[in-house]
Amino acid sequence: MINNKRLRELPLHLMLLPGVLCTLVFSYVPMAGIVMAFQKFVPVKGIFKSEFVGLENFKYMLSLPNIYSVLWNTVFIAVMKIIAGMVFPIIFALLLNEVANDFFKRSVQTIIYLPFFLSWVILGGILIDILSPSSGIVNQFLSYLGIEPIYFLGDSKWFPFTLIISDTWKNFGYNTVIYLAALTGIDPTLYEAAIVDGAGRWKQTLHVTIPGIMSIVILMAVLSLGNVLNAGFEQVYNLYSPQVYSTGDIIDTLVYRIGLVDTQFSLATAIGLFKSIVSFGLIVLSNRLANKYAGYRVF
Amino acid sequence: MAKHVSVSRRIFIFFNYIFLGATAFICILPMINVLAVSLSSSSAAAAGYVKLWPVDFTLDSYKYALSKPEFVRAFIVSLKRVALGYVINILLCILVAYPLSKSKKTFKWRDFYAWFFIITMLFNGGLIPTYMVVRYLGLRDNILALILPGAVPVYFMILLMNFFRELPQEIEEAAYIDGAGYWTSLWKIYIPLSKPALATVTLFIVVGHWNSWFDGLIYMNSMENYPLQSYLQTTVIGVDFNRASLSNLASLAEVSDRTFKAAQVFVGSLPILIVYPFLQPFFIKGLVLGSVKG
Repeated sequence: MINNKRLRELPLHLMLLPGVLCTLVFSYVPMAGIVMAFQKFVPVKGIFKSEFVGLENFKYMLSLPNIYSVLWNTVFIAVMKIIAGMVFPIIFALLLNEVANDFFKRSVQTIIYLPFFLSWVILGGILIDILSPSSGIVNQFLSYLGIEPIYFLGDSKWFPFTLIISDTWKNFGYNTVIYLAALTGIDPTLYEAAIVDGAGRWKQTLHVTIPGIMSIVILMAVLSLGNVLNAGFEQVYNLYSPQVYSTGDIIDTLVYRIGLVDTQFSLATAIGLFKSIVSFGLIVLSNRLANKYAGYRVF
Repeated sequence: MAKHVSVSRRIFIFFNYIFLGATAFICILPMINVLAVSLSSSSAAAAGYVKLWPVDFTLDSYKYALSKPEFVRAFIVSLKRVALGYVINILLCILVAYPLSKSKKTFKWRDFYAWFFIITMLFNGGLIPTYMVVRYLGLRDNILALILPGAVPVYFMILLMNFFRELPQEIEEAAYIDGAGYWTSLWKIYIPLSKPALATVTLFIVVGHWNSWFDGLIYMNSMENYPLQSYLQTTVIGVDFNRASLSNLASLAEVSDRTFKAAQVFVGSLPILIVYPFLQPFFIKGLVLGSVKG
């Protein structure tokens, strides 16, 4: 019987084999490749013959003149995106939930999360066009209001806010759908009970609706902790330029430039590793918190 | 039930519709503007006359885009990538999700394998080591470089695994007594019963492959092998003069840079715009499935 059981499990192992092989080669081998962060890696010598330098690359990373501003930019942009990406969808979902006309509700949903499905290349192309200081529609509108043209993508003062607003534009529809699903999941008898108790619309929102979605709000907030160092490589890469490095350069774009443009592979790996370790710690922490306060488990 | 609607409620409803409608309009406005620019004459676009409706309607920019062999070639590379990438992704997704949906009692190694995949979501080697692996395997300029590194879509695999788990176990047990092994049971029972979940995963995988551009940029040396989004990244966003051939500059004068870029952006998003209204219900289901249930 025991032999039989092991034999019966064999097909399950076989099913997993191709997936395991791919993951081994393209996820676990690169993890081993992190050794490069502690070497003076030269591609011709390969990973086994390159010189080992200990923490030299990390010391050098901390001596880079722009490293602290890059760290600050990353955290600032990411945190602002997380906040805007929660507040706006929650308000929007609450308002959308008050709409009785089903067609209107569905049309608005369809429109607001269309940008979510377009790549940052497409959205970048659109943004560069509409935000152009000379011919873009946004600055035309501003000049109509008597405001001087603003160089949203080229002025380092404006650039981070352009990132935050355009990120909200892309993603808030998606998040609205999640909160709307939580809102429709609220037990209708709670509303009936509130009405019996003499609660008006506003009181119902305050005492039934908001507590009803509070658990998912907390869950989303806690889980977003893991993204504090993810300021959005794809977006920044498509929108930034050397004029806005001072406020718009983030860890991921720095890693890309140092590693693949300047081919300083070891330094780039070291910076990437630094980010991965901090992010990993944050994800583990956020999952602990989510499990403790919302009973959430990833799997 | 006749409801009394107070005046303040009426006012709220009125402004609520206005606010929601206006926000939706602002969200779609950039797309409408760029579409209008792409359909306008280059002089009108350059002078900034185009708002929400084409001025001096013309299809010249589209004709120009579609007459460029590089553009058409990139479009075809993208189609190939989506087709091949989809087949590999969905196959591995199913083949991994099914064994992991078994309990530890039926499949002793279940937790070991589950962690093997979950860990890759929590931690990865990062950009440079992954790039090096692809390079040492000689996959540069090979379409597989765009597919194999993400061959197992772990997030969607978990989604599918959770869906498999919810299916009634009794059917499989009955099939087992009738002599059906795991392969038969997966093929004859689980896949047919999971069509809604598979449809959702399909859509996300296809959109994901269509939209990817960065891997094309770093793993393809020659621009001939760029998928459309990588091609657009270099031509529309980053003007890379080393790669743009000089012969194009003459024809660029006729079709202004702005209308031409707008037309390319629009063609690049066209496949998604076409399927979007039909697939929207699936997307909603998928988003909710993935986020609320975890």
